[in-house]
Amino acid sequence: MIEFFTTTNLGIFLLIVGQVLLIVVPLLVALAFLLYGDRKIWAAVQMRRGPNVVGTFGLLQSFADFVKYAVKEIVYPAGADKVVFLMAPMVSLVMALVAWAVIPFNDGWVLSDINVAILYVFAVSSLEVYGVIMGGWASNSKYPFLGSLRSAAQMISYEVSIGLIIIGVIISTGSMNFGDIVNAQKGDYGLLNWYWLPHFPMMFLFLISAMAETNRPPFDLPEAESELVAGYQVEYSSTPFLLFMIGEYVAIVLMCALTSLLFLGGWLSPIPGLPDGILWMFAKILFVFFIFSMVKAITPRYRYDQLMRIGWKVFLPMSLVWVVIVAFLAKFEAFGGAYARWAIGG
Amino acid sequence: MSIAALAFYLFAICVIAGGLFTVISRNPVHSVLWLILAFLSSAGLFVLLGAEFVAMLLIIVYVGAVAVLFLFVVMMLDVDFAELKAGMAQYLPVALLIGVILLMQLGMAVGVWQVSDMAEAQRAAVTPEGVENTAALGHLIYDQYFLLFQLAGLILLVAMIGAIVLTLRHRKDIKRQNVLEQMWRDPAKAMDLKDVKPGQGL
Repeated sequence: MIEFFTTTNLGIFLLIVGQVLLIVVPLLVALAFLLYGDRKIWAAVQMRRGPNVVGTFGLLQSFADFVKYAVKEIVYPAGADKVVFLMAPMVSLVMALVAWAVIPFNDGWVLSDINVAILYVFAVSSLEVYGVIMGGWASNSKYPFLGSLRSAAQMISYEVSIGLIIIGVIISTGSMNFGDIVNAQKGDYGLLNWYWLPHFPMMFLFLISAMAETNRPPFDLPEAESELVAGYQVEYSSTPFLLFMIGEYVAIVLMCALTSLLFLGGWLSPIPGLPDGILWMFAKILFVFFIFSMVKAITPRYRYDQLMRIGWKVFLPMSLVWVVIVAFLAKFEAFGGAYARWAIGG
Repeated sequence: MSIAALAFYLFAICVIAGGLFTVISRNPVHSVLWLILAFLSSAGLFVLLGAEFVAMLLIIVYVGAVAVLFLFVVMMLDVDFAELKAGMAQYLPVALLIGVILLMQLGMAVGVWQVSDMAEAQRAAVTPEGVENTAALGHLIYDQYFLLFQLAGLILLVAMIGAIVLTLRHRKDIKRQNVLEQMWRDPAKAMDLKDVKPGQGL
């Protein structure tokens, strides 16, 4: 039986499909509860109750929403480019999902252990912008088009600073593999060994850039309800809209996972004595997601020119300077090799 | 057929189909989308060759940035392609002539091409044993071809500065947002609170 799955083509294929389902299905189920949690946190900050009707404490709200979207009618705007119109939400969901192929959940628990894992995630997240552009263009309407232009410009701008921040981490690790990056953060001092300490300012820049990249408030200008009535999604209804929604949230959770892998030590335990494990990874993802939710709840929306200014004139120079500094610190193994984990054998 | 061979044919067909439809699509936006398919599939071919770093760069640079700009330009410009195509017949002879000349040159170049005996061996040993593709490329670029690499960067910088100088136009007759001034504004000076007595007004 084992031979069938490791030697024959069909067996390997089935094995990979099984592994993919093992990642995607729990991810989507978890997403339903994360969405619920997001709304609950938002409601709690605003002293509302939030979803509390469907199921106990409203736990099944997301599933009710899912059914609601799925049974509605798909409306095509007049003059819309139907093929591109339907392809846009699929692109945005698929691109958000395929990035998970290289995300490890525990030491060695990864679907595809490739050398250029970070670059792969970066490349795939740079493709997410196409879902937005295609959706806005194919809707054949002014608001979606304006929304998609805004969104595309925003996503591209913040990708630049995300890329530079990632380069700092790559320099410190000497590898682009997530497993290596997390293992490089291992040490005797638990959470003090993680990259958030040596790369302290960059962790916040990364979080903020990730919010802008995934169109989360306070940078949700593409869908600013009060100006653009949901931007590129205006003309979408039913399942295509649902796909956009899920794609957006999967991308957000992906960014949470990235933050925890790059800066918070992935599956490593924060306290030296405790065992490492997958639960730490989940806890860290949830922690970062909580930060995302709180930021959404307590900050007002940015103005568009401020958003662009902070991206290009503040984040980009800061992260560029940081790359240079980290390169020097790593080269001369400053602070006991905190910036050169490959050199001290961490 | 192994999975790698299957993937190769899939990607190869996608590259050719993407290129073909880029040329023959009537809608320019569709053309760009087909072009993106061609880019992505060629990235897949690079991965099959074992050059994963180049593949990822191809996606990040060409699909993530360059093609987005293409798409922007094509969507924003109001290009009337019917009008452009009307002049086709006029330029067809010249175009044909250039095409034939280019084809002849290519034929001549390929005709005298001799494959070196070393080629096969070099292809098989792209990277040294135990060295990652990315690290091997890094050593090559930063050790052996350092000067060329820096010069290429300098040329790009010059091009970028040139583009900015050509297009930057500082208009004096419009109002601008001064973000720093806005941030340093003092609420106490911006607002004037008055204690209005009922029934009296200001």
